[in-house]
Amino acid sequence: MLARAQTVLADFHPQPGALGDLPQLTVNAASIAKVCLRARNDPRLDLKMLHCLAAVDYKDHFQVVYFLHSLTQEGTLAIKADVPAATPSLPSVTSVWAAADWYEREAHDLFGIGFDGHPNMSPLLLYEGFEGYPGRKEFPFNDYQEF
Amino acid sequence: MCPNMVETHANLAAGGQPVEMLLNMGPQHPSTHGVFRLVLWIDGEKIVRAEPHIGYLHRGSEKLCEGEQYHQVITLFDRLDYVANFNNEWAYCRAVEKLMGLAVPERAEYARVILGELNRIASHLLYVGTMGLDAGAMTPSMFCFRGRERVQALFEAVSGARMMHNYFRIGGLKEELPENFRQLMSGLLPLLKKDVEESDKILTFNEIFLARLKGVGAIGAPEAVDFGFTGPCLRACGVEYDCRRAQPYSVYDRFEFEVPVGLDGDCWDRHWVRVQEMYQSLRIIEQALAQMPEGPVTSPLGRRLIRPPKGEVYVRAENPRGELGVYLVSDGTDKPYRVKVRPPSFCNLSAIQRLLQNSWIADSVVILGSLDIVLGEVDR
Repeated sequence: MLARAQTVLADFHPQPGALGDLPQLTVNAASIAKVCLRARNDPRLDLKMLHCLAAVDYKDHFQVVYFLHSLTQEGTLAIKADVPAATPSLPSVTSVWAAADWYEREAHDLFGIGFDGHPNMSPLLLYEGFEGYPGRKEFPFNDYQEF
Repeated sequence: MCPNMVETHANLAAGGQPVEMLLNMGPQHPSTHGVFRLVLWIDGEKIVRAEPHIGYLHRGSEKLCEGEQYHQVITLFDRLDYVANFNNEWAYCRAVEKLMGLAVPERAEYARVILGELNRIASHLLYVGTMGLDAGAMTPSMFCFRGRERVQALFEAVSGARMMHNYFRIGGLKEELPENFRQLMSGLLPLLKKDVEESDKILTFNEIFLARLKGVGAIGAPEAVDFGFTGPCLRACGVEYDCRRAQPYSVYDRFEFEVPVGLDGDCWDRHWVRVQEMYQSLRIIEQALAQMPEGPVTSPLGRRLIRPPKGEVYVRAENPRGELGVYLVSDGTDKPYRVKVRPPSFCNLSAIQRLLQNSWIADSVVILGSLDIVLGEVDR
């Protein structure tokens, strides 16, 4: 899967790696939507399912991890994109997979990551007017807001 | 079309023409299976647009995991999908075991399979019962709860708790199975088989039930995959994909079982797939009981504090509702750096807007019920 993915996505210069036992590619955040579109539509990868979208706070930067799954090629691929902590935003992949809609809203809620081109970025898990991003490391555990 | 409730009211207050009626369902509504709010824009009996609101049960479980030691996190996973606790614990334990390269005692693997599959049956029985209620049948829920109660009595005998078992440990189980486990199982299985058959006979091919469910809330396979459907909801669309078969984990490669697949991806197919799965789970349990060896079940780690090596891992498990994914990032300390849960209900529910569009109000309850959501894992 990794070799195939590298060939298909060669012009985006992905950095190969491994996430546990899964193949992993790290790409530039700005090109993530194009990478995902290619990964989904190319029959050699056929990654038709966005299995999971996770955001991780590494303090100096955020990492967005896309777990893509193919039902025909029997494989999973993890695509990573780093976004700077100061301006955390990257293109939305809602046009690629419908499943990305809620995942991106959730990541926006909890981590404050912006997804450019998302059709409706209203709060999903938190209520309107909640201040702060509770997923981030800087958000204290024992703090809560009166509703 | 009025974009939201405030504008609708403002429009009416200003003397404007009523465009569409707005109907609010939930968050406290008997058919929403928890705290889920659905706002429907309706034109007569037709749903023009539906807007789901989730998050009423958001407890920040993923964040809480970062503040607990690896063993303590198990209790938080219990509370995600609170109808299938064992399956949730199992997925988390597997994630940490994979991170540490830890082998689980053979007997513990079989015990996990047995308990996991029993939990699947209990969960599906609950689904069948509530699906009956959603479609207007009261009796099946009584039958199904009786069957579920039997399973929970066994869970209590094994773990000490009917729900929130906290019985699986990283690398094994908390303690040895009760001495009379085989005896309990041989008492339970014939009764449970009867319960499953009963729940099947009373509902699946009932004429009214068929009329309410067949052809309602249909979704095609490509679209279902696009929305990230997994589990019975995906298989109902005719996609033969089961994590236990595609990437067998634990000892699932040693059992013979079928993967039931639907045809049309409508509510009835989703129901049928779940009912068939219960029979397959019974088959797996019987085989697992026959193959289960003697030996230790407790973790070689004991109660020691663990510090898995730095690294990341992504683990998938076939839960009753679909595939549960656990993404674990470790920074080498005694607490996980990040835990991301991929809840199956979350993805299945995200398609509700598409499923409800242009359907009838009366069908909305059935469509929601057929997705079999648990808000505990949707909101986390």
